[in-house]
Amino acid sequence: MGKFLLRRLATNVILIALAASLAYMLAATTMNPRGAYEGRQPPVAEEVIDATLDAYNLNDKTPVFERYLTWAGGVVTGDFGKTWNGGSVNEEMGRRIMVSLRLLLIGTLLGFALGVAVGAYSAVRQYRFSDRAIGVSSFVVMAVPVFLLATLLAIATYNLNRGLGFTLIEYTGEYNPRLSGWDQFLNRLNHLILPTISLTLGSIAFYSRIQRNMMLDVLNQDFVRTAMAKGLRRRTALFKHALRTALIPSATYFAFAFGTMLTGAIFTEKIFSWHGMGAWLVDAINQNDVNSVAAVSLFTAVCVLFAAFLSDLLVASLDPRVRVS
Amino acid sequence: MRSKVVLGRLLRNRQARYGGIALILLIALAYIGPYLGAYDWTDKDFLAFLSPPDADHWWGTTSIGQDMYAVTLRGMQKSIVIGLLVALFATGLAALVGAFAGYFGGWVDKVLMWGVDLLLVLPSFLIIAIISPRLRGASWLWFVVLLAAFAWMITSRVVRSMTLSLREREYVQAALYMGIPRWKIILRHIVPNLSSLLIIDATLNVSGAVIGEAALSFFGFGIQPPDVSLGTLIAEGARNATGYPWLFAFPAGLLVLLVLAINLIGDGLRDALDPGSNT
Repeated sequence: MGKFLLRRLATNVILIALAASLAYMLAATTMNPRGAYEGRQPPVAEEVIDATLDAYNLNDKTPVFERYLTWAGGVVTGDFGKTWNGGSVNEEMGRRIMVSLRLLLIGTLLGFALGVAVGAYSAVRQYRFSDRAIGVSSFVVMAVPVFLLATLLAIATYNLNRGLGFTLIEYTGEYNPRLSGWDQFLNRLNHLILPTISLTLGSIAFYSRIQRNMMLDVLNQDFVRTAMAKGLRRRTALFKHALRTALIPSATYFAFAFGTMLTGAIFTEKIFSWHGMGAWLVDAINQNDVNSVAAVSLFTAVCVLFAAFLSDLLVASLDPRVRVS
Repeated sequence: MRSKVVLGRLLRNRQARYGGIALILLIALAYIGPYLGAYDWTDKDFLAFLSPPDADHWWGTTSIGQDMYAVTLRGMQKSIVIGLLVALFATGLAALVGAFAGYFGGWVDKVLMWGVDLLLVLPSFLIIAIISPRLRGASWLWFVVLLAAFAWMITSRVVRSMTLSLREREYVQAALYMGIPRWKIILRHIVPNLSSLLIIDATLNVSGAVIGEAALSFFGFGIQPPDVSLGTLIAEGARNATGYPWLFAFPAGLLVLLVLAINLIGDGLRDALDPGSNT
């Protein structure tokens, strides 16, 4: 088991390196940071531009491979290079990474827990009204893309706040810098409400569908009947025996759903003006900021593979057959 | 014979029936609707900027006087075509790669599956976002190719694992001993036997592609102006959605209906083609 996980880890590191390199190559060959300097008034001399771009390792006159080696050498030692206007990518990333991770962590945990709970509940109440209502609403939710959901939430909150005459729920930004202490904390929580809803609703619907089907499959099996026959209460039998078995497929889908959530985070951050990694990606692409794009893609690759690794661990801890073989 | 049974099951499935009716109505609206409206999608009415829906402009007008009804339907046509083409490419590619990897095994399998893993790790959003604005002026078909290129990997893994078991079946072995070339065996015997999986997958890929196109267009990374799609219209409308709701409501509503209808059909197809399946 340990050996298996170690080998998995090694493959993942190689995959991350490959993915980041490919992203860098793509960004470096197609993007044009020079454009930001060329159009300036008064015009900047070409030698000056060259010197500036050289200093940031962004000069398109240097062969791509040479620039790549400089960049890769920096990344190995923990230096992600400079942004298009000379800022440090490391500093920018340090500012933004926690913003995104907080959003993603809360979104993933809430999405998984609520999705599984809703799905399991729905399966236990099969064909009742609550089951049907959950089924229909999860279908509708899955048909609403994140960017639409986020926009709708923002519009609804805007109207709600205007109707009430004061700001009940915040819909832009991450916190109010003028507050401090306890107020600040509450304010942060308030700002978290809408992005969390927009990020989790989709995955709740997704997990609930899988979990319901799996649970239905398990409920009629002998071991659940045996568990109840030996005197366990229905609730204990369902939680300890049925739910645990039915969780395995949801756990395998965990990595996949996390990738979708990363993309969702880009839209959520952008629409609710959070300055996280996702919003940075969109800005960096628009600004031809090669090193930032490469840094964000490294971050997403690490996140996706970490989720895949976590999903392996989760499956292994739930399924004894995996642990033995 | 089997197709009759499946069709019967599909029609008896309530979800699929509603989804099918909705989809037919939506396609009819997209392709017949423009002939009923008074304006063409390229027309600009300089006497009505941002006018709310009325008898003349059924769904209102945009800030440059375009008729919202005509423009939205034009956008929906594009979204539907993109969805169908992407699904076709993606599912086709998934079937071929998965079947070849599973049938040949060995190093072919290793190389192909490594490629699949790598593509899964690459942030597809990022790559499409970098490349597609640089295709400005090129055909939008390139955008379809890009979307399809990142939509096939998971299916191809499923296809591969199913091929592994199909490979040992008697009819495949028999074909092999009769001297039929391997690529022909894959195309004639293996891929057709995966058809239920592929049909379901293609259907769900359509809705995935429609959403993907709209999402990328939302940031301006998708369909480029002057062409329109539901995504570009929603992006445009979302900016002033509180003041001019008709710019946002019609394209957004149609997008949700379209995706919902396709998903319902996909789910119904799964029940009809593959009664034992669970996911």
